[in-house]
Amino acid sequence: MSRIFAYIAHKDGVAGDSAAELLAAARSIDAAAKPSALVAGHGPELDSVCEALRSSFADVWKLAHDDLSHPNAELVRQALVKVLPPCSIVLVPHDHFGIDLGPGLSIKLNAAFVPDILQIAHVEGTAITFVRQEFGGQVSAHVRCDASSGAVITIRPGAFKATAAAPVQGVIVDKSAEIGILTTRRRYLQTVVAEDGDVDITKHAVLVSIGRGIQEKDNVGIAQELADVLGAAVSCSRPVVDSKWLEKSRQVGSSGKTVKPKVYLACGISGAFQHLAGIKGNPFIVAINKNSKAPIFQVADVGIVDDILEFLPALTEKIREMQSVSAK
Amino acid sequence: MEILVCIRRVPDNSENEITLNSAGNDIERDELVYSVNEADNYAVEEALQIVAKVGGSVSVVTVGGEDDEEILRREMAMGASHGVLLSDPHFDKSDGRGIAAILKAFVAKSKYDLILTGVQAEDGAAQVGGMLAAMLDYPFASLVNSIEVLDDHKLKIGREIEGGNREMSEIDLPCVLSIQTGINEPRYVGMRGIRAVASIPIPTHDASVLGVNPKAVEEAGATVKRLDYFVPVVGKGAEMLAGSREENIDKVLELIAAKGGLK
Repeated sequence: MSRIFAYIAHKDGVAGDSAAELLAAARSIDAAAKPSALVAGHGPELDSVCEALRSSFADVWKLAHDDLSHPNAELVRQALVKVLPPCSIVLVPHDHFGIDLGPGLSIKLNAAFVPDILQIAHVEGTAITFVRQEFGGQVSAHVRCDASSGAVITIRPGAFKATAAAPVQGVIVDKSAEIGILTTRRRYLQTVVAEDGDVDITKHAVLVSIGRGIQEKDNVGIAQELADVLGAAVSCSRPVVDSKWLEKSRQVGSSGKTVKPKVYLACGISGAFQHLAGIKGNPFIVAINKNSKAPIFQVADVGIVDDILEFLPALTEKIREMQSVSAK
Repeated sequence: MEILVCIRRVPDNSENEITLNSAGNDIERDELVYSVNEADNYAVEEALQIVAKVGGSVSVVTVGGEDDEEILRREMAMGASHGVLLSDPHFDKSDGRGIAAILKAFVAKSKYDLILTGVQAEDGAAQVGGMLAAMLDYPFASLVNSIEVLDDHKLKIGREIEGGNREMSEIDLPCVLSIQTGINEPRYVGMRGIRAVASIPIPTHDASVLGVNPKAVEEAGATVKRLDYFVPVVGKGAEMLAGSREENIDKVLELIAAKGGLK
Protein backbone atom coordinates (compact mmCIF):
# COMPACT_ATOMS: atom_id res chain seq x y z
CA MET A 1 0.00 0.00 0.00
CA SER A 2 1.16 3.51 -0.80
CA ARG A 3 2.13 5.96 1.86
CA ILE A 4 -0.90 7.60 3.53
CA PHE A 5 -0.98 11.31 4.37
CA ALA A 6 -3.58 13.20 6.39
CA TYR A 7 -4.04 16.89 5.63
CA ILE A 8 -4.49 18.63 8.98
CA ALA A 9 -6.76 21.67 9.14
CA HIS A 10 -5.92 23.96 12.05
CA LYS A 11 -6.91 27.29 13.53
CA ASP A 12 -5.31 29.51 16.15
CA GLY A 13 -2.51 26.98 16.67
CA VAL A 14 -4.82 24.02 17.32
CA ALA A 15 -5.51 21.08 14.99
CA GLY A 16 -9.17 20.59 14.06
CA ASP A 17 -11.31 17.61 15.12
CA SER A 18 -10.72 16.19 11.67
CA ALA A 19 -7.11 15.24 12.55
CA ALA A 20 -8.21 12.33 14.74
CA GLU A 21 -10.93 11.33 12.26
CA LEU A 22 -8.47 11.19 9.35
CA LEU A 23 -6.11 9.11 11.49
CA ALA A 24 -8.97 6.66 12.16
CA ALA A 25 -9.76 6.57 8.41
CA ALA A 26 -6.08 5.90 7.59
CA ARG A 27 -6.02 2.99 10.05
CA SER A 28 -9.19 1.68 8.50
CA ILE A 29 -7.43 1.56 5.10
CA ASP A 30 -4.31 -0.07 6.50
CA ALA A 31 -4.14 -1.01 10.18
CA ALA A 32 -0.36 -1.24 10.00
CA ALA A 33 0.10 2.09 8.24
CA LYS A 34 1.98 4.86 9.94
CA PRO A 35 0.18 7.78 8.35
CA SER A 36 2.00 11.07 8.04
CA ALA A 37 0.47 14.44 8.87
CA LEU A 38 0.66 17.32 6.38
CA VAL A 39 0.48 20.69 8.09
CA ALA A 40 0.66 23.90 6.07
CA GLY A 41 0.86 27.31 7.67
CA HIS A 42 3.15 29.94 9.01
CA GLY A 43 4.91 31.06 12.20
CA PRO A 44 4.60 29.91 15.82
CA GLU A 45 0.98 28.73 15.37
CA LEU A 46 2.16 26.20 12.80
CA ASP A 47 4.92 25.05 15.15
CA SER A 48 2.50 24.43 18.01
CA VAL A 49 0.15 22.42 15.75
CA CYS A 50 3.07 20.28 14.53
CA GLU A 51 4.34 19.74 18.08
CA ALA A 52 0.90 18.61 19.29
CA LEU A 53 0.50 16.16 16.39
CA ARG A 54 3.75 14.33 17.25
CA SER A 55 1.90 12.21 19.79
CA SER A 56 -0.45 10.76 17.17
CA PHE A 57 1.51 10.78 13.87
CA ALA A 58 4.88 9.10 13.31
CA ASP A 59 5.83 11.83 10.82
CA VAL A 60 4.59 15.37 10.84
CA TRP A 61 5.45 17.16 7.63
CA LYS A 62 5.72 20.86 8.28
CA LEU A 63 5.03 23.13 5.31
CA ALA A 64 5.90 26.65 6.41
CA HIS A 65 5.54 29.52 3.97
CA ASP A 66 4.65 33.20 4.35
CA ASP A 67 1.85 32.79 1.82
CA LEU A 68 0.26 29.87 3.68
CA SER A 69 -0.84 31.84 6.75
CA HIS A 70 -4.42 31.67 5.44
CA PRO A 71 -5.49 28.26 4.10
CA ASN A 72 -6.01 29.20 0.44
CA ALA A 73 -6.58 25.86 -1.33
CA GLU A 74 -4.98 27.15 -4.53
CA LEU A 75 -1.68 27.77 -2.70
CA VAL A 76 -1.89 24.69 -0.48
CA ARG A 77 -2.38 22.55 -3.59
CA GLN A 78 0.78 23.91 -5.21
CA ALA A 79 2.78 23.25 -2.04
CA LEU A 80 1.45 19.69 -1.74
CA VAL A 81 2.18 18.88 -5.38
CA LYS A 82 5.79 19.90 -4.80
CA VAL A 83 6.39 17.86 -1.64
CA LEU A 84 4.26 14.72 -1.99
CA PRO A 85 5.99 11.55 -3.20
CA PRO A 86 4.47 9.75 -6.24
CA CYS A 87 1.44 7.51 -5.65
CA SER A 88 0.59 9.01 -2.25
CA ILE A 89 -2.82 8.52 -0.69
CA VAL A 90 -3.97 11.87 0.68
CA LEU A 91 -6.88 12.15 3.13
CA VAL A 92 -8.66 15.49 3.45
CA PRO A 93 -11.84 16.41 5.37
CA HIS A 94 -14.91 16.81 3.12
CA ASP A 95 -15.64 20.36 4.23
CA HIS A 96 -15.42 23.80 2.64
CA PHE A 97 -11.64 23.44 2.43
CA GLY A 98 -11.54 19.84 1.19
CA ILE A 99 -14.12 20.61 -1.50
CA ASP A 100 -11.88 23.46 -2.61
CA LEU A 101 -8.65 21.45 -2.56
CA GLY A 102 -9.43 17.82 -3.37
CA PRO A 103 -10.60 17.66 -7.01
CA GLY A 104 -7.83 19.87 -8.40
CA LEU A 105 -5.18 18.17 -6.27
CA SER A 106 -6.16 14.78 -7.69
CA ILE A 107 -5.70 16.09 -11.24
CA LYS A 108 -2.32 17.65 -10.50
CA LEU A 109 -1.12 14.45 -8.76
CA ASN A 110 -2.66 12.31 -11.49
CA ALA A 111 -4.32 10.36 -8.71
CA ALA A 112 -7.82 8.97 -8.30
CA PHE A 113 -10.37 11.15 -6.50
CA VAL A 114 -12.89 9.67 -4.09
CA PRO A 115 -15.14 12.32 -2.54
CA ASP A 116 -17.12 12.34 0.69
CA ILE A 117 -16.61 8.79 1.93
CA LEU A 118 -18.30 7.46 5.07
CA GLN A 119 -16.66 4.11 5.49
CA ILE A 120 -13.95 1.87 4.10
CA ALA A 121 -15.62 -1.42 3.19
CA HIS A 122 -12.79 -3.50 1.78
CA VAL A 123 -9.12 -3.28 0.86
CA GLU A 124 -7.41 -5.67 -1.52
CA GLY A 125 -3.97 -4.67 -2.72
CA THR A 126 -4.32 -1.17 -4.13
CA ALA A 127 -8.07 -1.56 -4.72
CA ILE A 128 -10.02 0.19 -1.98
CA THR A 129 -13.81 -0.08 -1.70
CA PHE A 130 -15.61 2.78 0.02
CA VAL A 131 -19.15 3.55 1.14
CA ARG A 132 -20.59 6.85 -0.10
CA GLN A 133 -24.06 8.34 -0.13
CA GLU A 134 -25.97 9.76 -3.06
CA PHE A 135 -29.30 11.54 -3.53
CA GLY A 136 -28.96 13.50 -0.32
CA GLY A 137 -28.39 10.35 1.73
CA GLN A 138 -31.44 8.48 0.44
CA VAL A 139 -29.25 5.66 -0.89
CA SER A 140 -25.69 4.49 -0.33
CA ALA A 141 -23.22 3.12 -2.86
CA HIS A 142 -20.05 1.07 -2.84
CA VAL A 143 -17.35 2.62 -5.01
CA ARG A 144 -14.04 0.99 -5.81
CA CYS A 145 -10.92 3.00 -6.44
CA ASP A 146 -7.69 1.84 -7.99
CA ALA A 147 -5.18 3.65 -5.79
CA SER A 148 -2.07 2.27 -7.52
CA SER A 149 -1.28 5.75 -8.87
CA GLY A 150 -2.29 7.39 -5.62
CA ALA A 151 -5.60 8.79 -4.44
CA VAL A 152 -7.08 11.92 -2.95
CA ILE A 153 -9.92 10.93 -0.61
CA THR A 154 -12.20 13.37 1.17
CA ILE A 155 -13.66 12.10 4.44
CA ARG A 156 -17.21 12.94 5.64
CA PRO A 157 -16.83 14.92 8.90
CA GLY A 158 -17.99 12.83 11.85
CA ALA A 159 -18.12 9.56 9.91
CA PHE A 160 -14.94 8.12 11.45
CA LYS A 161 -14.74 8.04 15.23
CA ALA A 162 -11.38 8.88 16.75
CA THR A 163 -9.85 5.65 18.03
CA ALA A 164 -7.72 5.32 21.11
CA ALA A 165 -4.14 4.41 20.38
CA ALA A 166 -0.88 4.47 22.30
CA PRO A 167 0.88 7.82 21.85
CA VAL A 168 3.81 7.79 19.45
CA GLN A 169 7.02 9.76 19.53
CA GLY A 170 6.61 11.32 16.12
CA VAL A 171 9.19 13.45 14.36
CA ILE A 172 8.64 16.78 12.69
CA VAL A 173 10.01 16.79 9.15
CA ASP A 174 10.48 20.32 7.83
CA LYS A 175 9.58 20.24 4.13
CA SER A 176 9.36 24.02 3.79
CA ALA A 177 12.47 24.37 1.64
CA GLU A 178 10.89 22.19 -1.06
CA ILE A 179 7.91 24.51 -1.50
CA GLY A 180 9.81 27.31 -3.26
CA ILE A 181 7.84 30.13 -4.84
CA LEU A 182 4.04 29.95 -4.81
CA THR A 183 2.01 31.90 -7.33
CA THR A 184 -1.69 32.35 -7.23
CA ARG A 185 -4.39 34.00 -9.23
CA ARG A 186 -6.77 33.86 -6.25
CA ARG A 187 -5.86 36.21 -3.40
CA TYR A 188 -7.48 36.04 0.03
CA LEU A 189 -8.84 39.40 1.21
CA GLN A 190 -10.77 38.89 4.45
CA THR A 191 -13.35 36.80 6.26
CA VAL A 192 -16.76 38.39 6.76
CA VAL A 193 -18.36 37.08 9.95
CA ALA A 194 -22.04 36.04 9.79
CA GLU A 195 -24.50 38.65 11.04
CA ASP A 196 -26.66 38.03 14.10
CA GLY A 197 -30.33 37.81 13.32
CA ASP A 198 -33.47 38.88 15.13
CA VAL A 199 -33.78 35.55 16.96
CA ASP A 200 -30.91 33.59 18.50
CA ILE A 201 -31.82 29.97 17.72
CA THR A 202 -28.83 28.72 19.73
CA LYS A 203 -30.51 29.86 22.97
CA HIS A 204 -33.79 27.94 22.61
CA ALA A 205 -34.65 24.61 24.28
CA VAL A 206 -37.24 23.76 21.65
CA LEU A 207 -36.84 24.38 17.92
CA VAL A 208 -39.51 24.04 15.27
CA SER A 209 -37.21 23.55 12.30
CA ILE A 210 -38.53 23.70 8.77
CA GLY A 211 -37.13 22.47 5.47
CA ARG A 212 -38.10 22.38 1.84
CA GLY A 213 -41.40 20.73 2.81
CA ILE A 214 -42.75 24.11 3.91
CA GLN A 215 -43.06 24.77 0.15
CA GLU A 216 -43.54 28.52 0.16
CA LYS A 217 -42.86 31.64 2.17
CA ASP A 218 -46.49 32.14 3.16
CA ASN A 219 -46.42 28.79 4.95
CA VAL A 220 -43.63 29.81 7.34
CA GLY A 221 -46.37 31.27 9.57
CA ILE A 222 -47.65 27.74 10.20
CA ALA A 223 -44.34 26.89 11.87
CA GLN A 224 -44.24 30.20 13.72
CA GLU A 225 -47.69 29.59 15.20
CA LEU A 226 -46.58 26.20 16.49
CA ALA A 227 -43.38 27.76 17.87
CA ASP A 228 -45.46 30.45 19.61
CA VAL A 229 -47.63 27.96 21.47
CA LEU A 230 -44.57 25.90 22.40
CA GLY A 231 -42.48 28.89 23.48
CA ALA A 232 -40.02 27.74 20.82
CA ALA A 233 -38.14 29.42 17.98
CA VAL A 234 -38.36 28.65 14.26
CA SER A 235 -35.13 27.45 12.69
CA CYS A 236 -34.59 25.91 9.26
CA SER A 237 -32.45 23.96 6.84
CA ARG A 238 -30.58 25.32 3.83
CA PRO A 239 -33.32 25.34 1.14
CA VAL A 240 -35.46 27.69 3.24
CA VAL A 241 -32.64 30.24 3.39
CA ASP A 242 -31.76 29.70 -0.28
CA SER A 243 -35.35 30.60 -1.14
CA LYS A 244 -35.14 33.72 1.11
CA TRP A 245 -38.06 32.53 3.25
CA LEU A 246 -36.04 32.98 6.45
CA GLU A 247 -32.82 34.79 7.33
CA LYS A 248 -29.47 33.01 7.23
CA SER A 249 -29.22 33.37 11.04
CA ARG A 250 -32.07 30.82 11.34
CA GLN A 251 -30.17 28.10 9.46
CA VAL A 252 -28.99 25.02 11.35
CA GLY A 253 -25.99 23.25 9.85
CA SER A 254 -22.29 23.30 9.08
CA SER A 255 -22.69 26.50 7.08
CA GLY A 256 -25.18 27.92 9.59
CA LYS A 257 -25.62 27.75 13.37
CA THR A 258 -24.80 24.93 15.75
CA VAL A 259 -27.73 24.37 18.11
CA LYS A 260 -28.18 22.32 21.30
CA PRO A 261 -31.93 22.21 22.01
CA LYS A 262 -33.70 19.65 24.22
CA VAL A 263 -36.36 18.99 21.57
CA TYR A 264 -35.93 19.40 17.81
CA LEU A 265 -38.97 19.16 15.55
CA ALA A 266 -37.64 18.50 12.04
CA CYS A 267 -40.53 19.47 9.79
CA GLY A 268 -40.20 18.71 6.07
CA ILE A 269 -36.42 18.42 6.48
CA SER A 270 -34.73 15.64 4.49
CA GLY A 271 -31.72 15.41 6.81
CA ALA A 272 -28.64 16.16 4.72
CA PHE A 273 -25.43 15.56 6.69
CA GLN A 274 -24.53 19.25 6.53
CA HIS A 275 -27.78 20.00 8.36
CA LEU A 276 -27.33 17.23 10.96
CA ALA A 277 -23.80 18.52 11.66
CA GLY A 278 -25.39 21.60 13.23
CA ILE A 279 -27.48 19.63 15.76
CA LYS A 280 -25.49 18.88 18.91
CA GLY A 281 -26.21 17.78 22.47
CA ASN A 282 -28.30 14.73 21.50
CA PRO A 283 -31.74 16.38 21.48
CA PHE A 284 -35.00 14.44 21.20
CA ILE A 285 -35.70 14.63 17.47
CA VAL A 286 -39.22 14.35 16.08
CA ALA A 287 -39.21 14.13 12.27
CA ILE A 288 -42.27 14.80 10.15
CA ASN A 289 -41.83 14.26 6.41
CA LYS A 290 -43.98 13.17 3.48
CA ASN A 291 -41.10 11.08 2.10
CA SER A 292 -40.79 7.85 4.06
CA LYS A 293 -37.27 7.41 2.64
CA ALA A 294 -36.02 10.75 3.99
CA PRO A 295 -32.66 10.23 5.75
CA ILE A 296 -33.89 12.28 8.73
CA PHE A 297 -35.79 9.14 9.84
CA GLN A 298 -32.45 7.36 10.32
CA VAL A 299 -31.40 9.80 13.02
CA ALA A 300 -34.71 10.92 14.54
CA ASP A 301 -36.13 9.42 17.75
CA VAL A 302 -39.68 9.53 16.48
CA GLY A 303 -40.87 9.71 12.89
CA ILE A 304 -44.20 10.53 11.29
CA VAL A 305 -44.89 10.25 7.57
CA ASP A 306 -47.28 13.12 6.97
CA ASP A 307 -47.64 16.46 5.21
CA ILE A 308 -46.37 19.17 7.56
CA LEU A 309 -48.76 21.68 6.02
CA GLU A 310 -51.62 19.69 7.54
CA PHE A 311 -49.88 18.11 10.52
CA LEU A 312 -48.39 21.27 12.05
CA PRO A 313 -51.64 23.31 12.18
CA ALA A 314 -53.43 20.31 13.71
CA LEU A 315 -50.66 19.99 16.31
CA THR A 316 -50.84 23.71 17.10
CA GLU A 317 -54.61 23.51 17.48
CA LYS A 318 -54.36 20.56 19.85
CA ILE A 319 -51.84 22.38 22.07
CA ARG A 320 -54.08 25.48 22.14
CA GLU A 321 -56.99 23.32 23.26
CA MET A 322 -54.88 21.81 26.03
CA GLN A 323 -53.67 25.23 27.12
CA SER A 324 -57.16 26.71 27.21
CA VAL A 325 -58.41 23.75 29.25
CA SER A 326 -55.60 24.08 31.77
CA ALA A 327 -56.13 27.86 31.94
CA LYS A 328 -59.76 27.39 33.01
CA MET B 1 -17.95 38.82 -20.53
CA GLU B 2 -18.37 35.41 -22.17
CA ILE B 3 -19.65 32.95 -19.59
CA LEU B 4 -20.06 29.20 -19.90
CA VAL B 5 -22.24 27.36 -17.39
CA CYS B 6 -21.87 23.58 -17.16
CA ILE B 7 -25.19 22.01 -16.21
CA ARG B 8 -26.57 18.54 -15.61
CA ARG B 9 -29.93 16.83 -15.66
CA VAL B 10 -30.59 14.92 -12.45
CA PRO B 11 -33.45 13.16 -10.69
CA ASP B 12 -35.02 15.87 -8.57
CA ASN B 13 -34.23 15.01 -4.93
CA SER B 14 -37.11 16.99 -3.55
CA GLU B 15 -39.70 15.39 -5.84
CA ASN B 16 -38.62 11.77 -5.67
CA GLU B 17 -38.49 8.94 -3.23
CA ILE B 18 -35.34 7.17 -4.34
CA THR B 19 -35.59 3.39 -4.24
CA LEU B 20 -33.40 0.59 -5.56
CA ASN B 21 -34.18 -1.42 -8.67
CA SER B 22 -34.71 -5.15 -8.28
CA ALA B 23 -31.14 -5.97 -9.36
CA GLY B 24 -29.69 -3.58 -6.77
CA ASN B 25 -27.24 -2.17 -9.30
CA ASP B 26 -29.03 1.12 -9.83
CA ILE B 27 -31.82 3.23 -8.46
CA GLU B 28 -35.31 2.69 -9.89
CA ARG B 29 -35.41 5.30 -12.63
CA ASP B 30 -38.74 4.51 -14.34
CA GLU B 31 -40.91 7.05 -12.58
CA LEU B 32 -38.34 9.64 -11.60
CA VAL B 33 -38.93 13.33 -12.17
CA TYR B 34 -35.83 14.84 -13.75
CA SER B 35 -34.85 18.49 -13.75
CA VAL B 36 -31.81 20.70 -14.01
CA ASN B 37 -29.50 20.25 -11.02
CA GLU B 38 -30.55 22.86 -8.46
CA ALA B 39 -27.14 24.47 -7.95
CA ASP B 40 -26.62 24.67 -11.73
CA ASN B 41 -29.79 26.71 -12.02
CA TYR B 42 -28.37 29.24 -9.54
CA ALA B 43 -25.16 29.29 -11.61
CA VAL B 44 -27.09 30.15 -14.78
CA GLU B 45 -29.00 32.92 -12.98
CA GLU B 46 -25.73 34.36 -11.65
CA ALA B 47 -24.23 34.33 -15.15
CA LEU B 48 -27.31 36.14 -16.53
CA GLN B 49 -27.08 38.78 -13.81
CA ILE B 50 -23.39 39.35 -14.56
CA VAL B 51 -23.92 39.87 -18.31
CA ALA B 52 -26.89 42.14 -17.54
CA LYS B 53 -24.42 44.39 -15.70
CA VAL B 54 -21.27 44.19 -17.80
CA GLY B 55 -22.42 42.82 -21.18
CA GLY B 56 -21.49 39.61 -22.95
CA SER B 57 -23.37 36.36 -23.31
CA VAL B 58 -24.14 33.16 -21.47
CA SER B 59 -23.77 29.68 -22.95
CA VAL B 60 -24.90 26.45 -21.32
CA VAL B 61 -23.35 23.07 -21.95
CA THR B 62 -24.05 19.56 -20.76
CA VAL B 63 -22.60 16.11 -21.29
CA GLY B 64 -25.39 13.66 -22.04
CA GLY B 65 -27.90 12.49 -24.60
CA GLU B 66 -31.07 13.59 -26.38
CA ASP B 67 -33.05 13.70 -23.13
CA ASP B 68 -30.71 16.37 -21.84
CA GLU B 69 -31.71 18.89 -24.49
CA GLU B 70 -34.71 19.78 -22.32
CA ILE B 71 -32.53 21.31 -19.59
CA LEU B 72 -30.44 23.22 -22.14
CA ARG B 73 -33.67 24.70 -23.53
CA ARG B 74 -34.95 25.45 -20.06
CA GLU B 75 -31.84 27.48 -19.27
CA MET B 76 -32.02 29.13 -22.71
CA ALA B 77 -35.56 30.15 -21.82
CA MET B 78 -34.07 31.81 -18.73
CA GLY B 79 -31.83 33.85 -21.02
CA ALA B 80 -28.79 31.80 -22.03
CA SER B 81 -27.94 32.60 -25.68
CA HIS B 82 -26.46 29.26 -26.67
CA GLY B 83 -26.90 25.65 -25.67
CA VAL B 84 -24.42 22.91 -26.59
CA LEU B 85 -24.78 19.16 -26.10
CA LEU B 86 -21.63 17.06 -25.75
CA SER B 87 -22.81 13.61 -26.68
CA ASP B 88 -21.14 10.37 -27.67
CA PRO B 89 -21.78 6.71 -26.79
CA HIS B 90 -18.37 6.72 -25.11
CA PHE B 91 -19.56 9.47 -22.74
CA ASP B 92 -22.52 7.48 -21.40
CA LYS B 93 -20.93 6.29 -18.18
CA SER B 94 -18.06 8.73 -17.79
CA ASP B 95 -17.07 9.42 -14.18
CA GLY B 96 -16.45 12.90 -12.80
CA ARG B 97 -12.94 13.01 -14.17
CA GLY B 98 -14.19 11.89 -17.58
CA ILE B 99 -16.84 14.62 -17.64
CA ALA B 100 -14.24 17.21 -16.64
CA ALA B 101 -12.00 16.01 -19.51
CA ILE B 102 -14.87 16.25 -22.02
CA LEU B 103 -15.71 19.78 -20.83
CA LYS B 104 -12.04 20.72 -20.96
CA ALA B 105 -11.89 19.70 -24.62
CA PHE B 106 -14.93 21.88 -25.36
CA VAL B 107 -13.57 24.90 -23.46
CA ALA B 108 -10.21 24.59 -25.19
CA LYS B 109 -11.94 25.08 -28.56
CA SER B 110 -13.80 28.20 -27.45
CA LYS B 111 -13.05 31.36 -25.55
CA TYR B 112 -14.74 31.95 -22.22
CA ASP B 113 -13.77 34.44 -19.54
CA LEU B 114 -15.68 32.70 -16.81
CA ILE B 115 -16.85 29.13 -16.35
CA LEU B 116 -19.47 28.27 -13.73
CA THR B 117 -20.73 24.96 -12.40
CA GLY B 118 -23.14 24.13 -9.60
CA VAL B 119 -21.39 23.22 -6.37
CA GLN B 120 -22.53 19.61 -6.56
CA ALA B 121 -25.03 17.30 -8.22
CA GLU B 122 -27.05 14.35 -6.98
CA ASP B 123 -23.99 12.25 -6.22
CA GLY B 124 -22.69 14.88 -3.78
CA ALA B 125 -19.19 14.59 -5.23
CA ALA B 126 -18.58 18.31 -5.86
CA GLN B 127 -15.71 17.41 -8.18
CA VAL B 128 -16.14 18.45 -11.82
CA GLY B 129 -15.49 22.20 -11.44
CA GLY B 130 -12.25 21.79 -9.49
CA MET B 131 -11.01 19.11 -11.88
CA LEU B 132 -11.88 21.18 -14.94
CA ALA B 133 -10.01 24.19 -13.51
CA ALA B 134 -6.93 22.07 -12.79
CA MET B 135 -7.01 20.55 -16.30
CA LEU B 136 -7.26 24.04 -17.84
CA ASP B 137 -4.76 25.45 -15.35
CA TYR B 138 -7.30 28.14 -14.45
CA PRO B 139 -7.77 29.40 -10.89
CA PHE B 140 -10.73 27.86 -9.05
CA ALA B 141 -12.98 28.59 -6.10
CA SER B 142 -15.76 26.39 -4.73
CA LEU B 143 -18.93 27.17 -2.75
CA VAL B 144 -19.09 30.66 -4.21
CA ASN B 145 -22.00 32.69 -2.83
CA SER B 146 -21.18 36.19 -4.12
CA ILE B 147 -19.58 37.56 -7.29
CA GLU B 148 -18.67 41.15 -8.08
CA VAL B 149 -16.95 42.06 -11.35
CA LEU B 150 -14.02 44.36 -10.51
CA ASP B 151 -12.73 44.85 -14.08
CA ASP B 152 -12.12 42.86 -17.27
CA HIS B 153 -9.45 40.80 -15.57
CA LYS B 154 -10.66 40.03 -12.08
CA LEU B 155 -13.62 39.31 -9.82
CA LYS B 156 -14.23 39.74 -6.12
CA ILE B 157 -15.86 36.57 -4.81
CA GLY B 158 -17.23 35.26 -1.54
CA ARG B 159 -17.04 31.60 -0.50
CA GLU B 160 -19.33 29.99 2.04
CA ILE B 161 -17.24 28.67 4.91
CA GLU B 162 -18.14 27.35 8.38
CA GLY B 163 -20.75 28.96 10.59
CA GLY B 164 -22.24 31.11 7.84
CA ASN B 165 -19.03 33.13 7.52
CA ARG B 166 -17.85 34.27 4.12
CA GLU B 167 -14.29 34.13 2.79
CA MET B 168 -13.65 37.02 0.41
CA SER B 169 -11.01 36.76 -2.33
CA GLU B 170 -9.95 38.33 -5.58
CA ILE B 171 -9.65 35.92 -8.50
CA ASP B 172 -8.17 36.46 -11.95
CA LEU B 173 -10.03 35.67 -15.17
CA PRO B 174 -10.36 33.28 -16.82
CA CYS B 175 -11.39 31.12 -13.89
CA VAL B 176 -13.78 28.35 -12.85
CA LEU B 177 -16.20 28.88 -9.97
CA SER B 178 -18.57 26.37 -8.40
CA ILE B 179 -21.74 28.13 -7.31
CA GLN B 180 -23.52 27.48 -4.01
CA THR B 181 -27.31 27.49 -3.85
CA GLY B 182 -28.87 30.66 -2.42
CA ILE B 183 -26.47 33.06 -4.20
CA ASN B 184 -29.46 34.65 -5.99
CA GLU B 185 -33.11 34.03 -6.77
CA PRO B 186 -33.33 32.13 -10.06
CA ARG B 187 -35.97 33.58 -12.35
CA TYR B 188 -39.15 31.73 -13.16
CA VAL B 189 -39.43 29.97 -16.50
CA GLY B 190 -42.91 29.54 -17.93
CA MET B 191 -44.15 27.36 -20.76
CA ARG B 192 -44.22 30.40 -23.04
CA GLY B 193 -40.48 30.94 -22.46
CA ILE B 194 -39.73 27.30 -23.24
CA ARG B 195 -41.80 27.44 -26.43
CA ALA B 196 -39.95 30.57 -27.56
CA VAL B 197 -36.64 28.66 -27.68
CA ALA B 198 -38.07 25.32 -28.83
CA SER B 199 -36.90 25.63 -32.42
CA ILE B 200 -33.39 27.01 -31.78
CA PRO B 201 -30.95 24.36 -32.99
CA ILE B 202 -28.68 22.85 -30.35
CA PRO B 203 -25.33 21.81 -31.79
CA THR B 204 -24.03 18.42 -30.71
CA HIS B 205 -20.33 17.66 -30.42
CA ASP B 206 -19.08 14.09 -30.24
CA ALA B 207 -15.68 12.74 -29.21
CA SER B 208 -14.12 13.21 -32.64
CA VAL B 209 -15.36 16.80 -32.99
CA LEU B 210 -14.03 17.57 -29.52
CA GLY B 211 -10.77 15.72 -30.09
CA VAL B 212 -11.36 13.62 -26.98
CA ASN B 213 -9.75 10.21 -26.74
CA PRO B 214 -12.75 7.94 -25.99
CA LYS B 215 -10.56 5.55 -24.02
CA ALA B 216 -9.65 8.32 -21.59
CA VAL B 217 -13.22 9.24 -20.68
CA GLU B 218 -15.29 6.07 -21.01
CA GLU B 219 -16.32 3.88 -18.12
CA ALA B 220 -13.54 1.35 -18.66
CA GLY B 221 -10.93 4.04 -18.13
CA ALA B 222 -12.33 5.28 -14.83
CA THR B 223 -10.14 4.89 -11.74
CA VAL B 224 -13.21 5.14 -9.52
CA LYS B 225 -16.19 2.87 -10.22
CA ARG B 226 -19.55 2.51 -8.52
CA LEU B 227 -20.19 -1.15 -7.77
CA ASP B 228 -23.76 -1.02 -6.50
CA TYR B 229 -26.39 0.94 -4.67
CA PHE B 230 -27.80 -0.19 -1.36
CA VAL B 231 -30.01 1.06 1.42
CA PRO B 232 -27.94 1.53 4.54
CA VAL B 233 -28.86 -0.06 7.82
CA VAL B 234 -28.25 2.84 10.15
CA GLY B 235 -28.68 2.34 13.87
CA LYS B 236 -32.20 1.63 15.00
CA GLY B 237 -33.71 4.57 13.17
CA ALA B 238 -36.76 6.46 14.34
CA GLU B 239 -39.72 4.87 16.09
CA MET B 240 -42.28 5.41 13.32
CA LEU B 241 -45.75 6.42 14.49
CA ALA B 242 -48.28 4.71 12.27
CA GLY B 243 -51.55 5.80 13.86
CA SER B 244 -54.08 8.30 12.58
CA ARG B 245 -53.02 11.94 12.51
CA GLU B 246 -54.89 12.57 15.78
CA GLU B 247 -53.25 9.59 17.47
CA ASN B 248 -49.83 10.66 16.23
CA ILE B 249 -50.36 14.17 17.57
CA ASP B 250 -51.33 12.84 20.99
CA LYS B 251 -48.30 10.57 21.07
CA VAL B 252 -45.92 13.33 19.95
CA LEU B 253 -47.28 15.69 22.60
CA GLU B 254 -46.85 13.06 25.28
CA LEU B 255 -43.22 12.49 24.21
CA ILE B 256 -42.39 16.20 23.90
CA ALA B 257 -43.87 16.82 27.35
CA ALA B 258 -41.76 14.00 28.79
CA LYS B 259 -38.65 15.69 27.36
CA GLY B 260 -39.55 19.02 28.91
CA GLY B 261 -40.57 20.59 25.62
CA LEU B 262 -44.06 21.70 26.65
CA LYS B 263 -44.63 24.80 28.72
